[in-house]
Amino acid sequence: MAELSHSDTRPTLRKKNKFSHFLKEWQLYILILLPVIYLIIFKYIPMIGNIIAFRRFVPGGSIFGEEWVGFYYFEMFLSDPTFYKVFTNTLILAFLLLVVTFPAPIIFALLLNEIKNHLFKRFVQTASYLPHFFSVVVVAGMAYELLALNGPVNSFIANLGIDKISFMQMPEWFRTIFVSVDLWQGLGWGAILYLAALTGINEELYEAARIDGANRWKQTIHITIPGILPTIVVLLILNIGNFLQIGFEKVLLLYNPLTYETADIIATYVYRVGLQSGSFSYGTAIGLFESIIGLILVIGANYVSRRITDNSLW
Amino acid sequence: MKESWQYKAFKVFNTVILLLIVFITLFPFVNIFAQSFSAESYINSGQVSLWPKGFNVETYKIIMADNIFWINYKNTVVYTVVGTIISLILSTMIAYPLSKTKLKGRRFLTLFFVFTMFFNGGLIPNYVLVTSLGFGNTIWAIVIPNAISVFNMLIMRTFFSNIPDELEEAAIMDGSSTFGVLFRIVLPLSKPILATMMLFYAVAHWNSWFPAFIYFSEKELFPVSIYLRNLIKGAEATLGTGATSQDNLTQIASNIKAVTMVLTVLPILLVYPYIQKYFVSGVMLGSVKG
Repeated sequence: MAELSHSDTRPTLRKKNKFSHFLKEWQLYILILLPVIYLIIFKYIPMIGNIIAFRRFVPGGSIFGEEWVGFYYFEMFLSDPTFYKVFTNTLILAFLLLVVTFPAPIIFALLLNEIKNHLFKRFVQTASYLPHFFSVVVVAGMAYELLALNGPVNSFIANLGIDKISFMQMPEWFRTIFVSVDLWQGLGWGAILYLAALTGINEELYEAARIDGANRWKQTIHITIPGILPTIVVLLILNIGNFLQIGFEKVLLLYNPLTYETADIIATYVYRVGLQSGSFSYGTAIGLFESIIGLILVIGANYVSRRITDNSLW
Repeated sequence: MKESWQYKAFKVFNTVILLLIVFITLFPFVNIFAQSFSAESYINSGQVSLWPKGFNVETYKIIMADNIFWINYKNTVVYTVVGTIISLILSTMIAYPLSKTKLKGRRFLTLFFVFTMFFNGGLIPNYVLVTSLGFGNTIWAIVIPNAISVFNMLIMRTFFSNIPDELEEAAIMDGSSTFGVLFRIVLPLSKPILATMMLFYAVAHWNSWFPAFIYFSEKELFPVSIYLRNLIKGAEATLGTGATSQDNLTQIASNIKAVTMVLTVLPILLVYPYIQKYFVSGVMLGSVKG
């Protein structure tokens, strides 16, 4: 199709055709005009709105603040002990999520791949995708019910002769609970791309390996895993790029003042400082700090991805 | 073909593991379902797991009789329908032009949209903007600011760009305008992707709670997700006040929470068998060039 490319790409004709191009295709530009305006208002103006991190903001006043205060709010959070605590909590939780919820779907996909009975395979897939569609509010509600003092988990451990645990009120349990909930909701869904990659592996490779006497384990090591390695690498890089994007809404629903010690992350702190206490500029400064780290991570991950896998987001 | 005993043992182990995963995945839901039909005393003593004990539909009756529940439930339906329509229209309006190689500035415009996936204004600047536009306590606060998912838009763009150019060119030869081509050729051919996108957006709107949580103060406007959220967090708010008074409150709420959860996920559950394959194919399409 590239060879058929129209005459307007030829340099000599380009200028002449530019005007007639717009005349002919104006409807295409009209179509995209509204979304572009939308995007400017609802995405780019808030980006510029981050300027209130450097300006004094008065509720009801300009959304871009009233007067410059320089790095006042940044110095404020750099001397705020809570900031260091939530920053550390964010890193720990993000690390745990990456270590647990990244490899788990790969293992799940590999296990599922060994199932030859299509009906059973379909059944497991259908069941495992289900939690992905549930609202985070329902998921949090289920966690509360399951882990309540009179809930099934406590009944189970009581039968084992262990004392009941008030899970949701104990800071030392928060991370385990959060990672488990995340895993529960995302395991099956996270496996979809791997399962697709697995079906793309050439069956002849397995036959050749069998003829050479490789058993199923060796086939997995030498054919299956290399076959899905590109997918693994791309998703790993994406995950590292989104490292800080912890399910903030889920934290907000699952934490409470008793568990702040481990549960409070940057995003929830921004929410409390900014929207609950009304320190808009201070909250924005902390949020901006996190966004910039996030952006650097994404750009860095994309750069690495382009260098080593030829796959990149842009 | 002979299999080693290790492989046979592995297959048994594998089946058991996968069944266990299915069990863990489904258990919380089945448990909530069972609780919703159970008598309080059985829930209190921790006896309800997979099957209702002391079967009754009293809790359903209590919820059904709650006016606010129905108002909130109806709100969710309205927000979902309106939000999905806005999202679909806006996404189509971007995705179609961006699928055309003849569009000037296509690369720049794509980047302009994709950039918002990786960097956004953040919670507070967004809040300040939305409230200063006067969207507080209106439906617009939840259906407008997050109307476009760039990821979904890219899936649509990929689909549109796979429609053979010849079809559209033939229509243009016959005197169709761009809008004519879009409405008479492209959209009818894109029914599968439009259905997929509709479901993507509808599920997202149905499950949404946070925008309503920060922008709405009147409970007549709440979606049902906030109704549920307040039940969950409300029961919890009593926890700090002292261990003795807490028991009654949380346990009465257990029943009620379970019923609300069941009613909240019911529509999703009913369409789930039909939507699952659309979602999977949508994710595949998106992965072609995300």
